[in-house]
Amino acid sequence: MAKILAVDDSASMRQMVSFTLKGAGHDVTEAADGVEALSVAKTQGGFDLVISDINMPNMDGITLIKELRQLASFKFTPILMLTTESGAEKKGEGKAAGATGWIVKPFNPDQLLATVGKVL
Amino acid sequence: MSIDLSQFHQVFFEESIEGLDIMESALMELDVAEVDHEIINSIFRAAHSIKGGSATFGFKSVSDFTHDLETILDQVRDGRRNISKNDIDIFLQSVDCMREMISLLQAGEDGSTESTVELQKQFARMLENEQSEVPGQNAEEQTQQAEAQDCLATIKFVPNKEILQTGNDVVRMFLELQEFAEIVDIKCNTALPAFSEFNPEECFLSWELVVRSDRKENEILSCFEWVSDDALIEYVPQTSTTGASPSDAIAAQGLSSEGSTTESLSSNSVDVAQAKTLAEKEKQEKPKARAATGNKTTASESGSIRVGIDKIDNLINMVGELVITQSMLGQLGTDFEVNQLPKLVEGLGQLEQNTRELQESVMRIRMLPISFTFSRFPRMVRDLSQKLGKNAHLEMHGEQTELDKTVMEKIGDPLVHLVRNAVDHGIEMPADRLAQGKNETGTVTLNAYHQSGNVVIEIADDGKGLDRDMLVSKAVDKGVINQNEADLLSDEQVFDLIFHPGFSTAKEISDVSGRGVGMDVVKKNIQALNGAVELKSEKGAGSTITIRLPLTLAILDGQLVRVGGNIYIFPLVSIVESMQYKEGQVNEIAGGCNVFRLRDDYVPIVELHRAFGVHCDEQENALMVVVESDGEKVGIVVDELLAQQQVVIKSLEQNYRRVDGVSGATILGDGTVALILDIPGIVKLAGENFKAGQAFIASRKQNDLHQQQAVG
Amino acid sequence: MQVQGSNSASTTVGNAATQIEIEGQAGDSNDQYLTFIMADEEYGVDILCVQEIRGWESATPLPNAPTHIKGVINLRGTIVPIIDLRQCFGLEAIEYTAVTVVIVLKVKTEEGSRIMGMVVDAVSDVYALAQSEMRSAPDLGNAVNTDFIKGLVNVNDRMVILLDIDKLLTLDDVKSISKLTADMVSEAKS
Repeated sequence: MAKILAVDDSASMRQMVSFTLKGAGHDVTEAADGVEALSVAKTQGGFDLVISDINMPNMDGITLIKELRQLASFKFTPILMLTTESGAEKKGEGKAAGATGWIVKPFNPDQLLATVGKVL
Repeated sequence: MSIDLSQFHQVFFEESIEGLDIMESALMELDVAEVDHEIINSIFRAAHSIKGGSATFGFKSVSDFTHDLETILDQVRDGRRNISKNDIDIFLQSVDCMREMISLLQAGEDGSTESTVELQKQFARMLENEQSEVPGQNAEEQTQQAEAQDCLATIKFVPNKEILQTGNDVVRMFLELQEFAEIVDIKCNTALPAFSEFNPEECFLSWELVVRSDRKENEILSCFEWVSDDALIEYVPQTSTTGASPSDAIAAQGLSSEGSTTESLSSNSVDVAQAKTLAEKEKQEKPKARAATGNKTTASESGSIRVGIDKIDNLINMVGELVITQSMLGQLGTDFEVNQLPKLVEGLGQLEQNTRELQESVMRIRMLPISFTFSRFPRMVRDLSQKLGKNAHLEMHGEQTELDKTVMEKIGDPLVHLVRNAVDHGIEMPADRLAQGKNETGTVTLNAYHQSGNVVIEIADDGKGLDRDMLVSKAVDKGVINQNEADLLSDEQVFDLIFHPGFSTAKEISDVSGRGVGMDVVKKNIQALNGAVELKSEKGAGSTITIRLPLTLAILDGQLVRVGGNIYIFPLVSIVESMQYKEGQVNEIAGGCNVFRLRDDYVPIVELHRAFGVHCDEQENALMVVVESDGEKVGIVVDELLAQQQVVIKSLEQNYRRVDGVSGATILGDGTVALILDIPGIVKLAGENFKAGQAFIASRKQNDLHQQQAVG
Repeated sequence: MQVQGSNSASTTVGNAATQIEIEGQAGDSNDQYLTFIMADEEYGVDILCVQEIRGWESATPLPNAPTHIKGVINLRGTIVPIIDLRQCFGLEAIEYTAVTVVIVLKVKTEEGSRIMGMVVDAVSDVYALAQSEMRSAPDLGNAVNTDFIKGLVNVNDRMVILLDIDKLLTLDDVKSISKLTADMVSEAKS
C-alpha cells in the first residue's frame, strides 16, 4: 500500500482515479488543482506517488510538477501525468518539468493500476 | 479487477454542464479581433475535460464530438488557426449540442442528435486542410509493425545524469523489460567523476543489455518510453544465425557510440533548459488570468449551494460568541440576586446582538451574486439580435450584487422576458437608428445594486421608448380604459397599462416576445416575491424598468397591528404613515367605500375587520395605516399599532393553501401564529366598493383641476 | 480484487423493496386503523397517516375561511391548519373543552405531503382490519360525493366508516354527511 496524491480538476476523473487506487489498497489524497495539491504536498508530505492532470485552472500540472520537484521530499517521488493522445508536446513539457511518466487518457481502471505498478 | 464506472457518471454530467457554462460565457467574451489567450485556454480546458471524461466513461458520441472540437480549439490556442465570428457561432452551437447530448446521456440514451452530425460535418470542413499529415504517420507505424520473430538484440541505455530527478528508477525499468524479454546478458559501465564532483543525486551509470524476445522493438522499448528523451537508447537487433557472438557485437557498438553519447547528452540538456524558461514564463502569465475565469462557475439548479469559507468562518465565530453569552447567562441564573439585574439586562442585550448577527450571517449563506442569473443574458441578447437583424450590445453592471438564492431562482424568468422585450420591442432596426442619428448598435443595460435593504435590478435600453398615444389608443380599443379616463392619466399611469393583463404592444405577436407570457405575469411574479416593478420611458430615447426585490424571502421587517383579538403583520416597507382615524375626515360615498381626506389628497379606506370578517374594538380609537399598493395609497383601518419586529416568514401554502389578503404567517415570541398581510390582496378583498372609491377620487381630482383652471 | 459498484448494490436493494410491496398486496395483511367518535358514529383512518394526537389549543383564525377551518397552529415551527371534522361533515358544532382531541395527519397530495390537524370528539380504538372485511361505500348517486369514504367495516356489531384521508382533506366542503352516514348505515344494515 502506498500513499498517493491524485490531482485533477475534473471531479469525475479524480473520483475514478481515487476509487480505483483505493480499491487496490492505496491511501489516496485528492486535490482539485495545482495550488491545492502543492499545499497538500507541503503540509502532508510522505507521498509515494503523485498522479496529476495537466490542464487545470489556477495552477496547471506542469507548474505543479516543477514546484513539487523543488521540495526536498518530492525530489525523487514518481510523478505521473494524465495526458491525452494529442498532447505529445505536453509530454515533453512535463518531462522537462520533472515528470516521471504519463498515463494516456482515456484509460480504464486496469490500465491505471498497471501503470501505477510500474513505479511502485 | 472490475470497477463499475457508472458510479462516476452523475459527477461527470454535472461537471460537464458546468464546463459548458464556462465555455459559453468565455465564447461570449471572446473578441475575434483580439483573441485573449486566457479565454481560449479556458474554453479549451472545458472541452478537454469533457472529452477526457466522456472517453473514460465510454460515451463515444460525446468523446468523438469533443475530440474534433478540441482539435480545432487546440489549433486556435497555438495560434495555428484564426478564429472568425462564424467559428464562434459554430462553437456556441456546439455548446448547445453538447448540452443536449449530455441530457440525452442522463436519460440513458445515446447522445447523438441531428445537430451532432451536422456540426461534425462542419468540424470536418474546418479540419480538412490538416488531414494530409496523418496518413504518413500511419505508414511509419505500419513498417515498424512488419518486423518481428524471436531474436536477440542489444539495448544500449545511457541515461542522463538527471534521470533520477524525474523519479524514474532504472531497476524498475529493467524489471518491466523482463516482462517482454529475457535478459541474456547485462553489463554496467560506470563513469564516476572525481570524488569532489560526485553528486549522489546524479546517475553516472550506463548499461548494455542483451535481450531475447519475440516482441517487436517498439514493444520492448516501451519500458523506456518515459525516459526516451532523458537517455540514449539504442536498439540493435541481431539475427542469431550470424557468426558473431553477442558480446562482440556489443563491444563494437559500444566503441562506436561512445563519442556521440556526450554530444547527445549535452544537446538534451539544452532542450531542457529552453523548455524550462518557456514553461516558467507561462507560469508567470497564467495564474492572474486563470483566477479571473475560475470564479465564473455556475451553480446547477439543484438543492445544494456553494458557500465561501469566509462565510462559514464568520458563522463559527458568531456561534462561539453566542456560547460565551449563553454560559455567562447560565452562571448568572444559578444563584440570581436582585442586585445582579443590570448584569442580566446587559447579558440579554448581548444575546440579542449575537442572535441578530448570527441571523444575518446565516442569511448571507443563502446569498449568491446575481451573475448567476445575468450570465445567460449575453448569449441571449446576441442570438436574439442576430435573429431579428438588429445590432444590440449588452452591458452589465453590479454582477457581484448578492441576492437570496430563492429570489434569484424566481426572478430568472421575469428578467428573461424583460431583456427579450428590450431587444425585441425597444431596440430599433439598424437603419432606423441611423436615421434618427443614433449609434447603429443599440445598448441594453442590466444593472444591479443594493439600496436600503432591497436589491434593485434595472433593465434599460436606448431604443424607441414607449409611445403614449399608441398605448392609450390600444388600451381604449381593448376596453381596458375609456377615452375619458385616458385623458386624465399621467404618463406613468399610461406606461403602467402595459402591465395590464392581456395588453401586448407589439403590432404582431413575434416568435421572440409573444410566448403567451405578458408583462402582467412579470409583474405578478415580482409582486409574489414582495417586490415592485416600475417603468420609465421617453419616446425615442428608450425605456428603463426598475425592479425592487427584498434581499431575502425568509425574513421580513414587520409592523404588528391588532384588530380585535387578532394580531396581523404589515410589511414595514409598504407603510407610508399611520394616523388617528378621525370620523370628520372620512367621506362616505356611494358604493359603500369610505374615502379619507389626507391633506390635499384622497385615500380610499379599507377596514381590515370588514375585509377579513373579524370582530374589532369600538371605532373611536381606531388607527389608519397608510400603505402603498401598486403605486397607490390605501388607508387600512386597524385597532392598535403594536411593536415593530423582524419576523421569519412561514408558508401557509405548504400545508394549506393561499389565503386572500395574507402572504404568509409567522410565529410570535409566545409561540402563537400571526398572519402577514398582503396589501394588494386586501385591496382586492375590498372589491367593488374599493373601485367605487377610486372612481370617486378620480372625479374629485378632476374637479379640483377644473377649479384650479377656472381660478387660473 | 473485490470492488462492487455502488450502482449494482442499490439495484438489489430496490428489487427487495419491490418484492416486499408485492407480497403486501398479495397476502392481504391487516391494515391498522385508528378510530374516533363523532356524534355517536365511529370513523377510522389509516394509522400510518396519523402523526400525533394532541389536545385542542386555540388556533389563529384565517380570514374568510370556511367555518370548518378553525385556523392555523404552530406545530414545532410548521404552520398547520386545523379542521373541525364535525363542521366539515355538517354536523352540529359542539364547544371545545380540555378533552377535545386533535388528530394530526400527514396526507399525500399531488404536490407532496401536507400536515393537517383534525378536531374530533374523542379517540376510540385501534383495529387491525383485513381488506376482505371491508365493504365498499354504497353508491348514493352522483348527487353525493362519497369518494372520501374508503369503505365500511363491521367491528363488534358496530359500523365503522373508514375515511380516505387523502381525498377527504382535498375536498373543500363535505355537505351534510350526517344525512349521508344515516343513509349509508341504514342501507348497509338492510
